[in-house]
Amino acid sequence: MHGFANPARFLRLARWLTPVFLLAGLLLTAAALAWGLTGAPAERLQGESVRILFIHVPAAWLGMGGWTALAIACLIEIVWRHPLAGIAARAVAVPGTFFTALCLATGSLWGRPAWGTWWVWDGRLTSMLVLLFLYFGYIALADAAQKDGGSARVAAIFGLVGAINVPIINRSVVWWNSLHQPPSITAGKSAMAPEFLTGLLVSTLGFSLLFAAVVLMRMRAILADSQAEARLRRRAMEQADA
Amino acid sequence: MREGLDHWTFVYAAYALGVIGTLALVGWAWLEMRRAEDRRERSRER
Repeated sequence: MHGFANPARFLRLARWLTPVFLLAGLLLTAAALAWGLTGAPAERLQGESVRILFIHVPAAWLGMGGWTALAIACLIEIVWRHPLAGIAARAVAVPGTFFTALCLATGSLWGRPAWGTWWVWDGRLTSMLVLLFLYFGYIALADAAQKDGGSARVAAIFGLVGAINVPIINRSVVWWNSLHQPPSITAGKSAMAPEFLTGLLVSTLGFSLLFAAVVLMRMRAILADSQAEARLRRRAMEQADA
Repeated sequence: MREGLDHWTFVYAAYALGVIGTLALVGWAWLEMRRAEDRRERSRER
């Protein structure tokens, strides 16, 4: 792990992995969504609206998984001060925000025909909304640290503390009464019919690869920006000295 | 009692949001990366 904290080594790997993740992600996601729209059968109770599953569930997983990755990066930044860990956390924040918002929007679109309402203030929906606000907070703190010279450690501590919300989201449908269904997939078990499960796994893999590709592209962008900035600053100082 | 809603309207709206949003995110990340890497190259040449 320490080896990849070297930006040059990371860039060599990222340049190779970015197009691989991007192409594989686009292909798998397109195939899964085409299957979701045209191949998957309607469900007995939820009818055609069950097809929203193939977008909603991967978005929920990536919203939560994104914050888990962000918190791990923040921990590494605080404890080992790896130069790339802070960059990784900042890179995860934007796709994490997008997929959390997508989860909330598609959940609302699914809730209206399935539950008869766009929104309820229950444990699952509210804790997911809290996650969206946590992402906004992290982005604001990280941007302030970058642009206004604030402390990057404040953003890192916020990222770490915010991780408490992830198990709350996960267990919310078990702890509190909710319109939201309990988990269909748990460790080693699935209550889902195989025709939905296969499509869901492919769609989750496809969206996860796209998420990883976006994180790599964001990391490359942040790294390139900071290298250009450092070079220009060094040159300006050399010219001032001369 | 269930309302007689057309589920397909909701399905199409969710897919449109997911597909357009994801493509916009990927496209934005790609363009930002290219812009930043071009800037780094230009700073090297100066």
